[in-house]
Amino acid sequence: MTTFNALIVIALAYVLLLFAVAFLAERRAARGHANWLHSPLIYTLSLSIYCTAWTFYGAVGYAARSGLEFVTIYLGPTLVMVGWWWILRRLVRIGRAQRITSIADLISSRFGKSTQLGMMVTLISVIAGTPYIALQLQSVTLSFAVFAQAEGVFWQQTDFNRTAIWVTIGLAVFTVIFGTRNLDANERHHGIVMAIAVEAVVKLLALVAVGGFVVWGIAGGVPQMLDRIDATEIQLWEQDSGRWVGLIFLSAAAFLCLPRMFQVMVVENADEQHLHVASWAFPLYLLLMSLFVVPIAVIGLELLPAGSNPDLFVLTVPLDQGQGGLAVLSFLGGLSSATSMVIVATLALATMVSNNIFVPIWLRLQATQQATMSGDVRHVILLSRRISIAAILTFGFLYYRLSGGGTALAAIGLISFTGVVQILPAMIGGIFWRGATGVGAGLGLMTGLLIWMWTLFLPSFGVDAVISQSVMDSGPWGLHWLRPQALFGITGLDPLVHGIMWSMLLNAAMFLCGSLFSFPGPLERLQGAQFVNVFDHSTAAPSWTNASTGAEDLLIMAQRIMGSAEAQAIFEQEAQRQGKVGYLPEVTLEFIERLERELSGSVGAATAHAMVGQLIGGSSVSVEDLIAVADEAAQILEYSNRLEAKSKEQERTARALRDANEKLTALSIQKDAFLSQISHELRTPMTSIRSFSEILREGGTNGEEQGRYAGIIHDEAVRLTRLLDDLLDLAVLENGQVELHEQTGTLADLLDRSIRAAGLHDGVLEIVRQSSDEGILITADLDRLAQVFINLISNARKYCDAKAPQLTIRVGQAKGRHVVDFIDNGSGIAAEHQSLIFEKFSRLSDEAKAGGAGLGLAISREVMHRLGGDIAYLPEASGAAFRVTLPDTTAAAVLAET
Amino acid sequence: MSRTPKTSVFLQRASYRQRRLRDAARLVPCLGLILWMLPLAWPVASASQEDAVRSAGLMYIFGVWLLLILLSAGLSRWMRVIPHDPPPETRKQP
Amino acid sequence: MGKRVLLIEDEPNIIEAISFILSRDGWTVHIHEDGTTAVDKVRAMPPDMIILDVMLPGRSGFDILRDLRGDDTTKSIPVMMLTARGQDKDRELAMRLGANLFMTKPFSNTEVRDHVRDLIGA
Repeated sequence: MTTFNALIVIALAYVLLLFAVAFLAERRAARGHANWLHSPLIYTLSLSIYCTAWTFYGAVGYAARSGLEFVTIYLGPTLVMVGWWWILRRLVRIGRAQRITSIADLISSRFGKSTQLGMMVTLISVIAGTPYIALQLQSVTLSFAVFAQAEGVFWQQTDFNRTAIWVTIGLAVFTVIFGTRNLDANERHHGIVMAIAVEAVVKLLALVAVGGFVVWGIAGGVPQMLDRIDATEIQLWEQDSGRWVGLIFLSAAAFLCLPRMFQVMVVENADEQHLHVASWAFPLYLLLMSLFVVPIAVIGLELLPAGSNPDLFVLTVPLDQGQGGLAVLSFLGGLSSATSMVIVATLALATMVSNNIFVPIWLRLQATQQATMSGDVRHVILLSRRISIAAILTFGFLYYRLSGGGTALAAIGLISFTGVVQILPAMIGGIFWRGATGVGAGLGLMTGLLIWMWTLFLPSFGVDAVISQSVMDSGPWGLHWLRPQALFGITGLDPLVHGIMWSMLLNAAMFLCGSLFSFPGPLERLQGAQFVNVFDHSTAAPSWTNASTGAEDLLIMAQRIMGSAEAQAIFEQEAQRQGKVGYLPEVTLEFIERLERELSGSVGAATAHAMVGQLIGGSSVSVEDLIAVADEAAQILEYSNRLEAKSKEQERTARALRDANEKLTALSIQKDAFLSQISHELRTPMTSIRSFSEILREGGTNGEEQGRYAGIIHDEAVRLTRLLDDLLDLAVLENGQVELHEQTGTLADLLDRSIRAAGLHDGVLEIVRQSSDEGILITADLDRLAQVFINLISNARKYCDAKAPQLTIRVGQAKGRHVVDFIDNGSGIAAEHQSLIFEKFSRLSDEAKAGGAGLGLAISREVMHRLGGDIAYLPEASGAAFRVTLPDTTAAAVLAET
Repeated sequence: MSRTPKTSVFLQRASYRQRRLRDAARLVPCLGLILWMLPLAWPVASASQEDAVRSAGLMYIFGVWLLLILLSAGLSRWMRVIPHDPPPETRKQP
Repeated sequence: MGKRVLLIEDEPNIIEAISFILSRDGWTVHIHEDGTTAVDKVRAMPPDMIILDVMLPGRSGFDILRDLRGDDTTKSIPVMMLTARGQDKDRELAMRLGANLFMTKPFSNTEVRDHVRDLIGA
């Protein structure tokens, strides 16, 4: 009894150690020292809960019975891990982006937050998971019994039961303490993860130690071991291709679908990058775990008496060889395997039961009692989780008690796998196929569940336990094709492969058909897009905190849909209306309604309602969902905007072409107009000259007429010459070939000279000047400047229509420059003509008496630009008014240098 | 729904390498599956005791396993050494 | 009393020259200098023929011609057009609008005299 008591003490000490480890990890995490907890190594080790007591002990027994087939259980997960780029990466990303808490949550969330689907997946998981928990309890009790037996005590059923109860209670306490400290699944269970990491190391060490002892301690080395393997009675390779392929598929699928695996792989994943390491490190772990399975089986069969349970070789071989310490280590390895699996599986199942069954029902009950939900939901959820944990462990224990812990239980492992694998079609379809619908998923799950129960689960209780032998042989109600192990008359298959094949085939078929023939609701479609396109709008960075929806979240969402400027404008406006500064108003009901209306303009009313409703209502759709949906909507908008932009672009191009064409036409018209204007201007004086010279030549005119006609001819010749001069001058100015001769003089002198040259000898135009202002010294080409002044003065003389024409010349300053204004008292120039007067030949048609060509102002403008000054019409003055801005002397100097 | 690609057609050399590594990472499980399906062609143990698969078969299974682990480790190491694509556009702050 | 010729032209020197030529040939020359009121002037007192400049203040000679040809009282009055622009398309336009003659400035006096004689005599 001493060894057994020591074992009890060691086991309790080990359990206490685990509690301590979990507690310390929790405390460090709470203090923000969780970095080392978030290492890829811990992540990899936490995946080891895949290796349960069933595999720790059972693999050796499996190998002893079926040879190499045991390895399939590890090959599937290895393929999934090394192929992480296919599925795992996507799952982890979706889990993060959608804040998934369990595999039931994943399915429910994907198919439009369907409560029914969540319940269905939970139900499958619990039915398939409970026997598995029972299996762990059995292995722990069995291992205790082995030690008791070594002491010569043969356990009775009551001993088994008592042990199982204590183990169950211990596990429940541990899981409740460390599993329900936090509510949010994203606040990970550091304590549990750390504890199972430690257990992972212990069980690996234990198995490797036993294996090493067997190979080197008993066989005497690797070559001797290989010889013994070759000589063994075990059939290493019994070719059953169905089982080989089927089991690899089954283990791979179960690895993805098992709630506990989903928990550690997706929910507890702290960093997507950890997959990089886990992709090879976990397969390595699996390899080490299975490396010594065959040697232990071979040696166990050789050493131990016939009839020994090969499932316990890992314990019995060291005990048989007198290696008590090694046996205890092995026992701890088995205990670790069992407890870590049960803890995580219970936690995962409890989360599912609580979230997908308990809480929805509770909320419904609440809703019927009172309109608004009050109180701390958090407390309710935690309580429901704790109750769920206790309930699941109780179920496990009861299952263990009822099944009697016999071989029937041992067979349940793979059957349990097949059960959870029914989730696979909905899961894979959901994350890769946008067309997958909730109806399809539900049909598939139901079908799979029914076939699994009929072909595998119910028969597993043993003949006549649930299904009678007659039904097994001839089907229910004589329906031969419904025989549990020969569905549709297909016989000769291994029962397991038969069950896997039919359940998966029909499950997938129903899922596909259901999806193809049903139409998903809006939320479901949005979620579908989210899941399938998860890499388009999520980053690998840790998700942001689960802040309650505030104005900021709404703003971000609105920006995604409406564009930043518009959304910000709306928010700012609302904030101002509320008397706040900035972009973030209080989220009032009115504002939400208004925002919804605005959004519906972009994405349609239904979607906008769903989005805002979900965001505000705090329901299970997360903010990220909505933002990602918004992203998608924005992408569609962007796409259509691009199309629109493209057609706008074409329109712009067409308009540009049209403009260019018009410009060319206008230029050619201008050129034509210019040429015909020149022609007109030249031919008109020539007509007079020719006509009158002919008259004079013909004779018959009196002396007075002769003098008068000769005078006309002379005037017209002068006009013609002046016109030609102007044209040449303008051509030179426009081509920039003008030479400037800089001089310095006073403005007064220049004006005097200009007035004299303007030919005011007839005395019609009166000039008004303010000589006091005219003392400015100008450095410029004074001749050119005078030309401008002369032109302006003579224009006033020609065109001023006042009875007593008067021209005021005023010197002043504008914008720091000297200006000279020429203002007459006539009626001025009509507004519509003011822009034209500086154009060539713009002689305004109603000024019929104009003698000169309309080149004067055009030349003046050119001159002033050359000089570095300007000339402009002053519209506000009473008569025609021109402002000459004198050149800046410095500017003129620079011009002279160049 | 067609969506125009966000990235340019021609990638930087490093990005190109990164993508091919991902392709390789996707191929590893396919390789594993093929290699682990080969035992299906092994002779049946019960047929003839001489031909029966023995420790060599065991070594083969574990050899393939080790190969996959090494390949996967190598790929994940290379993926980390070679710079990634520029990160996707970060969330605009209001 | 000679037949009446209406000269619609705005250049004083050209008015004087044509008036002199035609008066000496025995015609009565009426002068109108403005384009906008030219049609009214013709309607008020239809002349035997019209000499019409193209570039007039207010209204183009072509527009005036179109109006004249569109009015029953004036559509048969012979019109000789004068232009200093000398472009072929102006000539084409004038003939299409119904001008009887198109002359380019500068013109020879005898030509003007002969054309007027032809048009009035016809």
